Amino acid sequence: MSAVETAPPKIRVRNLRKRFGRNVVLDGLDLDVDVGESVLVIGGSGSGKSVLLKCILGLLEPEEGVIEVDGAPVIGLPAADREAVNRKFGMLFQGGALFDSLRVWENVAFGLVQGENMGRMQAKDIAIAKLAAVGLSANVGELWPAELSGGMKKRVGLARAIATEPEIIFFDEPTTGLDPIMADVINDLIVKCVRELGATALSITHDMASARKIADRIAMLYKGEIIWNGPTSEIDRSGNDFVDQFIHGRAEGPIRMEVRAS
Amino acid sequence: MNFLQPIGSAFRGFLESTGRLALFAIVSVSHCVRPPVYPRLIGRQLIDIGYYSLPVVGLTTLFSGMVLALQSYAGLDRAVAESVIPRIVVQSMTRELSPVLTGLMVAGRIGAAMAAEIGTMRVTEQIDALTTLSTNPHKYLIAPRLIAGLTMLPLLVLVGDTIGVFGGYLVSAYKLGFNPAIFLKFTWENVAALDVWSGVVKAACFGFIVALLGCYNGYHSRGGAQGVGAATTNAVVSASILILVSNYLITEMFFGK
Repeated sequence: MSAVETAPPKIRVRNLRKRFGRNVVLDGLDLDVDVGESVLVIGGSGSGKSVLLKCILGLLEPEEGVIEVDGAPVIGLPAADREAVNRKFGMLFQGGALFDSLRVWENVAFGLVQGENMGRMQAKDIAIAKLAAVGLSANVGELWPAELSGGMKKRVGLARAIATEPEIIFFDEPTTGLDPIMADVINDLIVKCVRELGATALSITHDMASARKIADRIAMLYKGEIIWNGPTSEIDRSGNDFVDQFIHGRAEGPIRMEVRAS
Repeated sequence: MNFLQPIGSAFRGFLESTGRLALFAIVSVSHCVRPPVYPRLIGRQLIDIGYYSLPVVGLTTLFSGMVLALQSYAGLDRAVAESVIPRIVVQSMTRELSPVLTGLMVAGRIGAAMAAEIGTMRVTEQIDALTTLSTNPHKYLIAPRLIAGLTMLPLLVLVGDTIGVFGGYLVSAYKLGFNPAIFLKFTWENVAALDVWSGVVKAACFGFIVALLGCYNGYHSRGGAQGVGAATTNAVVSASILILVSNYLITEMFFGK
Protein backbone atom coordinates (compact mmCIF):
# COMPACT_ATOMS: atom_id res chain seq x y z
CA MET A 1 0.00 0.00 0.00
CA SER A 2 1.40 3.40 -0.97
CA ALA A 3 2.15 5.95 1.71
CA VAL A 4 0.18 8.68 -0.05
CA GLU A 5 -3.49 7.91 -0.71
CA THR A 6 -4.47 9.15 -4.17
CA ALA A 7 -8.03 10.26 -4.90
CA PRO A 8 -9.95 7.80 -7.09
CA PRO A 9 -10.82 8.90 -10.60
CA LYS A 10 -14.18 10.66 -10.86
CA ILE A 11 -15.27 7.92 -13.26
CA ARG A 12 -13.52 4.57 -13.50
CA VAL A 13 -14.54 1.95 -16.04
CA ARG A 14 -12.96 -1.49 -16.05
CA ASN A 15 -13.42 -4.47 -18.35
CA LEU A 16 -16.83 -3.24 -19.53
CA ARG A 17 -18.66 -5.66 -21.81
CA LYS A 18 -21.99 -5.05 -23.48
CA ARG A 19 -23.59 -6.98 -26.32
CA PHE A 20 -26.89 -6.82 -28.15
CA GLY A 21 -27.70 -10.36 -29.24
CA ARG A 22 -24.59 -11.58 -31.05
CA ASN A 23 -23.30 -8.07 -31.65
CA VAL A 24 -20.52 -7.33 -29.14
CA VAL A 25 -20.45 -3.54 -28.74
CA LEU A 26 -18.15 -3.04 -25.76
CA ASP A 27 -15.48 -5.70 -25.30
CA GLY A 28 -13.49 -5.21 -22.11
CA LEU A 29 -13.32 -1.41 -22.20
CA ASP A 30 -11.18 0.47 -19.63
CA LEU A 31 -11.37 4.22 -19.09
CA ASP A 32 -10.57 6.69 -16.30
CA VAL A 33 -11.78 10.27 -16.06
CA ASP A 34 -10.03 12.29 -13.37
CA VAL A 35 -11.61 15.01 -11.26
CA GLY A 36 -12.00 18.25 -13.24
CA GLU A 37 -10.80 16.63 -16.44
CA SER A 38 -12.56 16.85 -19.80
CA VAL A 39 -12.25 13.54 -21.62
CA LEU A 40 -13.64 12.94 -25.08
CA VAL A 41 -14.23 9.58 -26.71
CA ILE A 42 -13.99 9.45 -30.50
CA GLY A 43 -14.91 6.57 -32.76
CA GLY A 44 -16.85 5.71 -35.87
CA SER A 45 -20.60 5.38 -36.10
CA GLY A 46 -21.77 2.25 -34.30
CA SER A 47 -18.50 1.86 -32.42
CA GLY A 48 -20.28 1.93 -29.04
CA LYS A 49 -19.68 5.49 -27.86
CA SER A 50 -23.32 6.09 -26.97
CA VAL A 51 -23.58 2.65 -25.37
CA LEU A 52 -20.61 3.52 -23.13
CA LEU A 53 -22.31 6.74 -22.05
CA LYS A 54 -25.63 4.98 -21.43
CA CYS A 55 -23.93 2.31 -19.31
CA ILE A 56 -22.33 4.99 -17.12
CA LEU A 57 -25.65 6.87 -16.85
CA GLY A 58 -27.46 3.68 -15.81
CA LEU A 59 -29.66 3.61 -18.90
CA LEU A 60 -28.17 0.28 -20.01
CA GLU A 61 -26.96 -2.59 -17.88
CA PRO A 62 -23.63 -4.09 -19.03
CA GLU A 63 -23.06 -7.85 -18.95
CA GLU A 64 -19.68 -7.57 -17.26
CA GLY A 65 -17.33 -5.04 -15.81
CA VAL A 66 -17.12 -2.31 -13.21
CA ILE A 67 -18.19 1.32 -13.34
CA GLU A 68 -17.27 3.50 -10.38
CA VAL A 69 -18.23 7.08 -9.68
CA ASP A 70 -16.14 8.73 -6.96
CA GLY A 71 -14.74 5.29 -6.13
CA ALA A 72 -18.16 3.67 -5.55
CA PRO A 73 -19.54 1.00 -7.90
CA VAL A 74 -22.78 2.06 -9.59
CA ILE A 75 -23.86 -0.96 -11.64
CA GLY A 76 -27.00 -2.69 -10.33
CA LEU A 77 -27.78 -0.08 -7.67
CA PRO A 78 -31.34 0.05 -6.26
CA ALA A 79 -33.45 2.78 -7.90
CA ALA A 80 -33.18 5.26 -5.03
CA ASP A 81 -29.38 4.94 -4.86
CA ARG A 82 -29.14 5.25 -8.63
CA GLU A 83 -31.20 8.47 -8.50
CA ALA A 84 -28.77 9.80 -5.89
CA VAL A 85 -25.82 9.03 -8.20
CA ASN A 86 -27.62 10.61 -11.15
CA ARG A 87 -27.96 13.85 -9.16
CA LYS A 88 -24.21 14.26 -9.69
CA PHE A 89 -24.78 14.11 -13.46
CA GLY A 90 -25.81 16.55 -16.13
CA MET A 91 -26.38 15.37 -19.68
CA LEU A 92 -26.62 17.12 -23.04
CA PHE A 93 -28.35 14.76 -25.45
CA GLN A 94 -27.59 14.68 -29.16
CA GLY A 95 -31.06 15.89 -30.18
CA GLY A 96 -31.58 17.98 -27.05
CA ALA A 97 -34.25 15.57 -25.69
CA LEU A 98 -36.27 18.52 -24.45
CA PHE A 99 -39.69 17.66 -23.02
CA ASP A 100 -42.26 18.71 -25.64
CA SER A 101 -45.01 19.19 -23.09
CA LEU A 102 -43.05 21.72 -21.00
CA ARG A 103 -42.02 25.28 -21.75
CA VAL A 104 -38.33 25.99 -22.21
CA TRP A 105 -37.83 27.36 -18.68
CA GLU A 106 -39.65 24.34 -17.22
CA ASN A 107 -37.26 22.08 -19.13
CA VAL A 108 -34.26 23.91 -17.71
CA ALA A 109 -35.74 23.93 -14.20
CA PHE A 110 -36.84 20.27 -14.34
CA GLY A 111 -33.92 18.83 -12.38
CA LEU A 112 -34.31 21.53 -9.71
CA VAL A 113 -38.06 21.04 -9.27
CA GLN A 114 -38.22 17.25 -9.54
CA GLY A 115 -34.76 16.23 -8.36
CA GLU A 116 -34.17 18.80 -5.64
CA ASN A 117 -37.79 19.70 -4.69
CA MET A 118 -37.15 23.40 -5.26
CA GLY A 119 -40.15 25.77 -5.51
CA ARG A 120 -41.22 26.55 -9.07
CA MET A 121 -40.66 30.32 -8.80
CA GLN A 122 -37.16 29.96 -7.39
CA ALA A 123 -36.37 27.31 -10.00
CA LYS A 124 -37.67 29.61 -12.73
CA ASP A 125 -35.28 32.39 -11.65
CA ILE A 126 -32.36 29.95 -11.82
CA ALA A 127 -33.55 28.63 -15.18
CA ILE A 128 -33.65 32.17 -16.62
CA ALA A 129 -30.12 32.77 -15.28
CA LYS A 130 -28.88 29.52 -16.87
CA LEU A 131 -30.54 30.46 -20.17
CA ALA A 132 -28.68 33.79 -20.00
CA ALA A 133 -25.45 31.86 -19.37
CA VAL A 134 -25.91 30.08 -22.71
CA GLY A 135 -26.84 33.31 -24.51
CA LEU A 136 -30.64 33.03 -24.53
CA SER A 137 -33.02 35.74 -23.34
CA ALA A 138 -35.74 35.34 -20.72
CA ASN A 139 -38.35 35.50 -23.52
CA VAL A 140 -37.05 32.21 -24.89
CA GLY A 141 -37.97 30.63 -21.56
CA GLU A 142 -41.66 31.09 -22.34
CA LEU A 143 -41.43 29.31 -25.72
CA TRP A 144 -42.17 25.64 -26.38
CA PRO A 145 -39.34 23.35 -27.56
CA ALA A 146 -41.06 22.92 -30.96
CA GLU A 147 -40.58 26.66 -31.57
CA LEU A 148 -36.76 26.49 -31.26
CA SER A 149 -34.08 26.07 -33.93
CA GLY A 150 -31.52 23.25 -33.71
CA GLY A 151 -28.86 25.54 -32.22
CA MET A 152 -31.29 26.94 -29.65
CA LYS A 153 -32.33 23.43 -28.65
CA LYS A 154 -28.67 22.56 -27.99
CA ARG A 155 -28.27 25.71 -25.90
CA VAL A 156 -31.40 24.92 -23.89
CA GLY A 157 -30.16 21.33 -23.48
CA LEU A 158 -26.86 22.73 -22.20
CA ALA A 159 -28.68 25.08 -19.81
CA ARG A 160 -30.67 22.09 -18.50
CA ALA A 161 -27.48 20.04 -18.12
CA ILE A 162 -25.81 22.72 -15.97
CA ALA A 163 -28.91 23.92 -14.07
CA THR A 164 -28.33 21.67 -11.06
CA GLU A 165 -24.60 22.48 -11.08
CA PRO A 166 -23.61 18.84 -11.49
CA GLU A 167 -20.20 17.40 -10.68
CA ILE A 168 -20.04 15.47 -13.95
CA ILE A 169 -21.44 16.56 -17.32
CA PHE A 170 -21.89 14.23 -20.30
CA PHE A 171 -22.07 15.53 -23.85
CA ASP A 172 -23.46 13.26 -26.56
CA GLU A 173 -22.46 14.56 -30.01
CA PRO A 174 -22.90 18.19 -28.94
CA THR A 175 -22.31 19.71 -32.39
CA THR A 176 -24.02 17.16 -34.66
CA GLY A 177 -26.47 18.76 -37.08
CA LEU A 178 -25.26 22.31 -36.52
CA ASP A 179 -23.61 24.68 -38.99
CA PRO A 180 -19.88 25.27 -38.33
CA ILE A 181 -20.38 28.67 -36.73
CA MET A 182 -23.12 27.48 -34.37
CA ALA A 183 -21.03 24.38 -33.63
CA ASP A 184 -18.15 26.62 -32.55
CA VAL A 185 -20.51 28.71 -30.42
CA ILE A 186 -21.71 25.53 -28.67
CA ASN A 187 -18.11 24.37 -28.18
CA ASP A 188 -17.21 27.71 -26.57
CA LEU A 189 -20.26 27.49 -24.32
CA ILE A 190 -19.36 23.95 -23.26
CA VAL A 191 -15.81 24.99 -22.35
CA LYS A 192 -17.07 28.06 -20.47
CA CYS A 193 -19.79 26.21 -18.55
CA VAL A 194 -17.56 23.28 -17.58
CA ARG A 195 -14.78 25.64 -16.40
CA GLU A 196 -17.16 27.85 -14.42
CA LEU A 197 -18.67 24.85 -12.65
CA GLY A 198 -15.31 23.14 -12.16
CA ALA A 199 -17.07 20.01 -13.40
CA THR A 200 -15.67 16.80 -14.84
CA ALA A 201 -16.76 16.21 -18.44
CA LEU A 202 -17.09 13.12 -20.58
CA SER A 203 -18.07 13.70 -24.20
CA ILE A 204 -18.48 11.62 -27.32
CA THR A 205 -18.28 12.93 -30.85
CA HIS A 206 -16.83 12.35 -34.28
CA ASP A 207 -16.42 16.06 -34.91
CA MET A 208 -12.64 16.57 -34.61
CA ALA A 209 -12.91 20.39 -34.47
CA SER A 210 -15.16 20.00 -31.45
CA ALA A 211 -12.86 17.37 -29.93
CA ARG A 212 -9.81 19.62 -30.17
CA LYS A 213 -11.67 22.49 -28.57
CA ILE A 214 -13.45 20.91 -25.62
CA ALA A 215 -11.21 18.02 -24.55
CA ASP A 216 -8.15 17.81 -22.29
CA ARG A 217 -7.73 14.20 -23.24
CA ILE A 218 -9.01 12.07 -26.12
CA ALA A 219 -9.65 8.33 -26.17
CA MET A 220 -10.35 6.41 -29.35
CA LEU A 221 -12.88 3.58 -29.26
CA TYR A 222 -12.60 0.84 -31.85
CA LYS A 223 -14.14 -2.63 -31.82
CA GLY A 224 -15.33 -2.24 -28.26
CA GLU A 225 -11.98 -1.21 -26.75
CA ILE A 226 -10.03 1.98 -26.16
CA ILE A 227 -7.16 1.63 -28.64
CA TRP A 228 -5.50 4.99 -27.94
CA ASN A 229 -5.71 7.43 -25.08
CA GLY A 230 -3.71 10.63 -24.69
CA PRO A 231 -3.67 14.42 -24.33
CA THR A 232 -5.49 16.36 -27.04
CA SER A 233 -2.25 18.14 -27.96
CA GLU A 234 -0.69 14.79 -28.90
CA ILE A 235 -3.41 13.38 -31.08
CA ASP A 236 -1.67 14.49 -34.28
CA ARG A 237 1.45 12.58 -33.14
CA SER A 238 -0.34 9.52 -31.79
CA GLY A 239 1.66 7.09 -33.91
CA ASN A 240 -1.52 5.03 -34.16
CA ASP A 241 -2.69 4.27 -37.70
CA PHE A 242 -6.31 3.91 -36.60
CA VAL A 243 -6.30 7.33 -34.93
CA ASP A 244 -4.53 8.91 -37.90
CA GLN A 245 -7.06 7.53 -40.34
CA PHE A 246 -9.96 8.67 -38.17
CA ILE A 247 -8.80 12.23 -37.46
CA HIS A 248 -7.93 12.83 -41.12
CA GLY A 249 -11.15 11.22 -42.33
CA ARG A 250 -9.48 8.90 -44.84
CA ALA A 251 -11.38 6.04 -46.48
CA GLU A 252 -8.12 4.07 -46.85
CA GLY A 253 -6.49 2.64 -43.75
CA PRO A 254 -6.79 -0.08 -41.15
CA ILE A 255 -10.38 0.85 -40.27
CA ARG A 256 -12.74 -0.87 -42.67
CA MET A 257 -16.28 0.48 -42.73
CA GLU A 258 -18.82 -2.30 -42.88
CA VAL A 259 -20.85 -1.58 -45.99
CA ARG A 260 -23.53 -4.14 -46.79
CA ALA A 261 -23.67 -5.03 -50.49
CA SER A 262 -27.09 -4.47 -52.03
CA MET B 1 -41.30 -32.38 -35.90
CA ASN B 2 -40.11 -29.09 -37.40
CA PHE B 3 -43.65 -27.82 -37.77
CA LEU B 4 -43.90 -27.67 -33.97
CA GLN B 5 -40.95 -25.31 -33.71
CA PRO B 6 -42.74 -22.14 -34.90
CA ILE B 7 -45.70 -22.93 -32.64
CA GLY B 8 -43.41 -23.38 -29.64
CA SER B 9 -41.48 -20.27 -30.54
CA ALA B 10 -44.68 -18.22 -30.85
CA PHE B 11 -45.97 -19.58 -27.53
CA ARG B 12 -42.69 -18.74 -25.81
CA GLY B 13 -42.83 -15.24 -27.29
CA PHE B 14 -46.38 -14.85 -25.98
CA LEU B 15 -45.32 -15.95 -22.49
CA GLU B 16 -42.34 -13.58 -22.55
CA SER B 17 -44.54 -10.66 -23.60
CA THR B 18 -47.10 -11.49 -20.92
CA GLY B 19 -44.35 -11.67 -18.31
CA ARG B 20 -42.88 -8.32 -19.41
CA LEU B 21 -46.33 -6.71 -19.32
CA ALA B 22 -47.02 -8.14 -15.86
CA LEU B 23 -43.69 -6.85 -14.51
CA PHE B 24 -44.35 -3.45 -16.09
CA ALA B 25 -47.79 -3.37 -14.46
CA ILE B 26 -46.42 -4.33 -11.03
CA VAL B 27 -43.68 -1.70 -11.13
CA SER B 28 -46.09 0.98 -12.37
CA VAL B 29 -48.80 0.17 -9.80
CA SER B 30 -46.20 0.20 -7.03
CA HIS B 31 -45.33 3.76 -8.07
CA CYS B 32 -49.03 4.74 -7.90
CA VAL B 33 -49.12 4.06 -4.18
CA ARG B 34 -45.70 5.41 -3.18
CA PRO B 35 -44.72 9.05 -2.77
CA PRO B 36 -43.94 11.42 -4.32
CA VAL B 37 -47.15 12.00 -6.24
CA TYR B 38 -47.51 14.51 -9.06
CA PRO B 39 -50.91 16.22 -8.57
CA ARG B 40 -50.45 18.51 -11.61
CA LEU B 41 -49.73 15.57 -13.91
CA ILE B 42 -52.59 13.50 -12.48
CA GLY B 43 -54.92 16.50 -12.89
CA ARG B 44 -53.88 16.94 -16.52
CA GLN B 45 -54.54 13.27 -17.24
CA LEU B 46 -57.92 13.38 -15.45
CA ILE B 47 -58.96 16.23 -17.73
CA ASP B 48 -57.55 14.55 -20.87
CA ILE B 49 -59.20 11.20 -20.19
CA GLY B 50 -62.37 12.36 -18.47
CA TYR B 51 -63.42 15.77 -19.72
CA TYR B 52 -62.17 15.54 -23.31
CA SER B 53 -63.67 12.06 -23.79
CA LEU B 54 -67.15 13.26 -22.84
CA PRO B 55 -68.28 14.23 -26.39
CA VAL B 56 -67.26 10.93 -27.98
CA VAL B 57 -68.67 8.85 -25.13
CA GLY B 58 -71.85 10.94 -25.05
CA LEU B 59 -72.50 10.59 -28.79
CA THR B 60 -71.70 6.87 -28.82
CA THR B 61 -73.99 5.99 -25.93
CA LEU B 62 -76.76 8.37 -27.08
CA PHE B 63 -77.07 6.71 -30.49
CA SER B 64 -76.64 3.24 -29.00
CA GLY B 65 -79.57 3.88 -26.65
CA MET B 66 -81.65 5.21 -29.56
CA VAL B 67 -80.88 2.20 -31.78
CA LEU B 68 -81.57 -0.18 -28.91
CA ALA B 69 -85.06 1.24 -28.41
CA LEU B 70 -85.77 1.17 -32.14
CA GLN B 71 -84.54 -2.40 -32.68
CA SER B 72 -86.33 -3.72 -29.59
CA TYR B 73 -89.61 -2.20 -30.80
CA ALA B 74 -89.29 -3.94 -34.17
CA GLY B 75 -89.52 -7.35 -32.54
CA LEU B 76 -92.19 -6.65 -29.91
CA ASP B 77 -95.94 -6.21 -29.67
CA ARG B 78 -96.81 -2.56 -28.95
CA ALA B 79 -98.68 -3.41 -25.75
CA VAL B 80 -95.65 -5.20 -24.36
CA ALA B 81 -93.09 -2.87 -25.84
CA GLU B 82 -94.04 0.11 -23.68
CA SER B 83 -93.00 -1.75 -20.53
CA VAL B 84 -90.23 -3.93 -21.96
CA ILE B 85 -88.22 -1.38 -23.96
CA PRO B 86 -87.26 0.75 -20.93
CA ARG B 87 -86.04 -2.41 -19.21
CA ILE B 88 -84.04 -3.56 -22.25
CA VAL B 89 -82.49 -0.12 -22.66
CA VAL B 90 -81.52 0.43 -19.05
CA GLN B 91 -80.20 -3.09 -18.46
CA SER B 92 -78.28 -3.22 -21.74
CA MET B 93 -76.76 0.19 -21.22
CA THR B 94 -75.72 -0.26 -17.59
CA ARG B 95 -74.52 -3.85 -17.86
CA GLU B 96 -72.88 -3.98 -21.26
CA LEU B 97 -73.15 -1.25 -23.85
CA SER B 98 -72.06 1.76 -21.88
CA PRO B 99 -68.96 0.14 -20.29
CA VAL B 100 -67.84 -1.71 -23.42
CA LEU B 101 -68.45 1.15 -25.87
CA THR B 102 -66.84 3.66 -23.51
CA GLY B 103 -63.85 1.35 -23.05
CA LEU B 104 -63.42 0.86 -26.78
CA MET B 105 -63.85 4.55 -27.62
CA VAL B 106 -61.37 5.58 -24.92
CA ALA B 107 -58.95 2.89 -26.13
CA GLY B 108 -59.08 4.47 -29.58
CA ARG B 109 -58.79 8.03 -28.32
CA ILE B 110 -56.64 7.87 -25.20
CA GLY B 111 -54.76 4.56 -25.57
CA ALA B 112 -53.49 5.62 -28.98
CA ALA B 113 -52.54 9.09 -27.73
CA MET B 114 -50.65 7.65 -24.74
CA ALA B 115 -48.73 5.19 -26.91
CA ALA B 116 -47.87 7.90 -29.44
CA GLU B 117 -46.79 10.44 -26.83
CA ILE B 118 -44.71 8.08 -24.71
CA GLY B 119 -43.36 6.33 -27.83
CA THR B 120 -42.19 9.67 -29.23
CA MET B 121 -40.59 10.47 -25.89
CA ARG B 122 -38.80 7.10 -26.04
CA VAL B 123 -37.39 7.51 -29.55
CA THR B 124 -36.34 11.14 -28.95
CA GLU B 125 -34.50 10.16 -25.74
CA GLN B 126 -36.85 12.19 -23.53
CA ILE B 127 -37.40 9.14 -21.29
CA ASP B 128 -33.62 8.73 -20.96
CA ALA B 129 -33.46 12.43 -20.09
CA LEU B 130 -36.01 11.89 -17.30
CA THR B 131 -33.81 9.16 -15.82
CA THR B 132 -30.67 11.31 -15.97
CA LEU B 133 -32.63 14.06 -14.19
CA SER B 134 -33.24 11.65 -11.28
CA THR B 135 -36.91 11.22 -12.14
CA ASN B 136 -38.40 7.75 -12.43
CA PRO B 137 -40.32 7.48 -15.73
CA HIS B 138 -42.79 5.00 -14.20
CA LYS B 139 -43.68 7.48 -11.50
CA TYR B 140 -43.68 10.57 -13.72
CA LEU B 141 -45.26 9.21 -16.91
CA ILE B 142 -47.06 5.94 -16.22
CA ALA B 143 -48.52 6.26 -12.69
CA PRO B 144 -50.57 9.46 -13.40
CA ARG B 145 -52.08 7.85 -16.50
CA LEU B 146 -52.98 4.65 -14.66
CA ILE B 147 -54.59 6.59 -11.82
CA ALA B 148 -56.56 8.75 -14.26
CA GLY B 149 -57.67 5.75 -16.35
CA LEU B 150 -58.77 3.85 -13.29
CA THR B 151 -60.81 6.72 -11.86
CA MET B 152 -62.23 8.48 -14.93
CA LEU B 153 -63.63 5.50 -16.85
CA PRO B 154 -66.21 4.69 -14.13
CA LEU B 155 -67.38 8.32 -14.16
CA LEU B 156 -67.58 8.30 -17.96
CA VAL B 157 -69.61 5.09 -17.84
CA LEU B 158 -72.08 6.59 -15.36
CA VAL B 159 -72.49 9.54 -17.71
CA GLY B 160 -72.81 7.09 -20.63
CA ASP B 161 -75.50 5.11 -18.76
CA THR B 162 -77.53 8.27 -18.30
CA ILE B 163 -77.13 9.51 -21.86
CA GLY B 164 -77.85 6.04 -23.30
CA VAL B 165 -81.11 5.80 -21.38
CA PHE B 166 -81.91 9.33 -22.51
CA GLY B 167 -81.38 8.17 -26.13
CA GLY B 168 -83.89 5.35 -25.56
CA TYR B 169 -86.28 7.87 -24.03
CA LEU B 170 -86.03 10.20 -27.04
CA VAL B 171 -86.87 7.44 -29.52
CA SER B 172 -89.62 5.97 -27.32
CA ALA B 173 -91.30 9.30 -26.60
CA TYR B 174 -90.87 11.16 -29.89
CA LYS B 175 -90.52 8.44 -32.54
CA LEU B 176 -92.56 5.53 -31.19
CA GLY B 177 -95.16 7.71 -29.44
CA PHE B 178 -94.90 6.09 -25.99
CA ASN B 179 -95.99 7.94 -22.89
CA PRO B 180 -92.79 9.58 -21.52
CA ALA B 181 -93.93 9.19 -17.91
CA ILE B 182 -94.45 5.44 -18.38
CA PHE B 183 -90.97 5.11 -19.95
CA LEU B 184 -89.39 6.89 -16.96
CA LYS B 185 -91.45 4.83 -14.48
CA PHE B 186 -90.39 1.50 -16.01
CA THR B 187 -86.81 2.71 -16.36
CA TRP B 188 -86.62 3.62 -12.68
CA GLU B 189 -88.20 0.33 -11.62
CA ASN B 190 -85.62 -1.63 -13.63
CA VAL B 191 -82.48 0.17 -12.51
CA ALA B 192 -80.68 -2.38 -10.35
CA ALA B 193 -77.72 -1.49 -8.15
CA LEU B 194 -75.94 -4.66 -9.25
CA ASP B 195 -76.24 -3.69 -12.94
CA VAL B 196 -74.78 -0.23 -12.33
CA TRP B 197 -72.11 -1.57 -10.00
CA SER B 198 -71.02 -4.26 -12.49
CA GLY B 199 -70.69 -1.56 -15.16
CA VAL B 200 -68.58 0.59 -12.87
CA VAL B 201 -66.28 -2.33 -12.02
CA LYS B 202 -65.93 -3.12 -15.72
CA ALA B 203 -65.14 0.51 -16.44
CA ALA B 204 -62.39 0.67 -13.82
CA CYS B 205 -60.90 -2.51 -15.25
CA PHE B 206 -61.13 -1.19 -18.83
CA GLY B 207 -59.59 2.14 -17.81
CA PHE B 208 -56.64 0.33 -16.27
CA ILE B 209 -56.23 -1.86 -19.37
CA VAL B 210 -56.35 1.11 -21.78
CA ALA B 211 -53.83 3.16 -19.79
CA LEU B 212 -51.53 0.21 -19.09
CA LEU B 213 -51.35 -0.98 -22.69
CA GLY B 214 -51.04 2.55 -24.07
CA CYS B 215 -48.12 3.24 -21.74
CA TYR B 216 -46.53 -0.20 -22.14
CA ASN B 217 -46.52 -0.13 -25.93
CA GLY B 218 -45.28 3.45 -26.04
CA TYR B 219 -42.58 2.80 -23.44
CA HIS B 220 -41.19 -0.13 -25.42
CA SER B 221 -41.43 1.40 -28.88
CA ARG B 222 -38.28 1.34 -30.99
CA GLY B 223 -37.06 2.59 -34.34
CA GLY B 224 -38.42 6.06 -34.97
CA ALA B 225 -41.72 7.00 -36.58
CA GLN B 226 -42.47 3.47 -37.78
CA GLY B 227 -41.93 2.08 -34.27
CA VAL B 228 -44.21 4.71 -32.75
CA GLY B 229 -46.88 3.91 -35.36
CA ALA B 230 -46.65 0.19 -34.57
CA ALA B 231 -46.82 0.92 -30.83
CA THR B 232 -49.97 2.98 -31.35
CA THR B 233 -51.65 0.24 -33.39
CA ASN B 234 -50.64 -2.44 -30.87
CA ALA B 235 -51.94 -0.33 -27.99
CA VAL B 236 -55.41 0.04 -29.52
CA VAL B 237 -55.72 -3.53 -30.82
CA SER B 238 -54.44 -5.24 -27.66
CA ALA B 239 -56.52 -3.00 -25.38
CA SER B 240 -59.67 -3.65 -27.45
CA ILE B 241 -59.18 -7.41 -27.33
CA LEU B 242 -58.41 -7.41 -23.61
CA ILE B 243 -61.47 -5.24 -22.95
CA LEU B 244 -63.71 -7.80 -24.66
CA VAL B 245 -62.06 -10.74 -22.90
CA SER B 246 -62.20 -9.12 -19.46
CA ASN B 247 -65.80 -8.03 -20.16
CA TYR B 248 -66.78 -11.68 -20.46
CA LEU B 249 -64.88 -12.63 -17.30
CA ILE B 250 -66.42 -9.84 -15.22
CA THR B 251 -69.89 -10.63 -16.60
CA GLU B 252 -69.35 -14.26 -15.61
CA MET B 253 -68.25 -13.10 -12.16
CA PHE B 254 -71.36 -10.94 -11.59
CA PHE B 255 -74.07 -12.79 -13.49
CA GLY B 256 -72.76 -16.31 -14.17
CA LYS B 257 -74.68 -19.20 -12.69
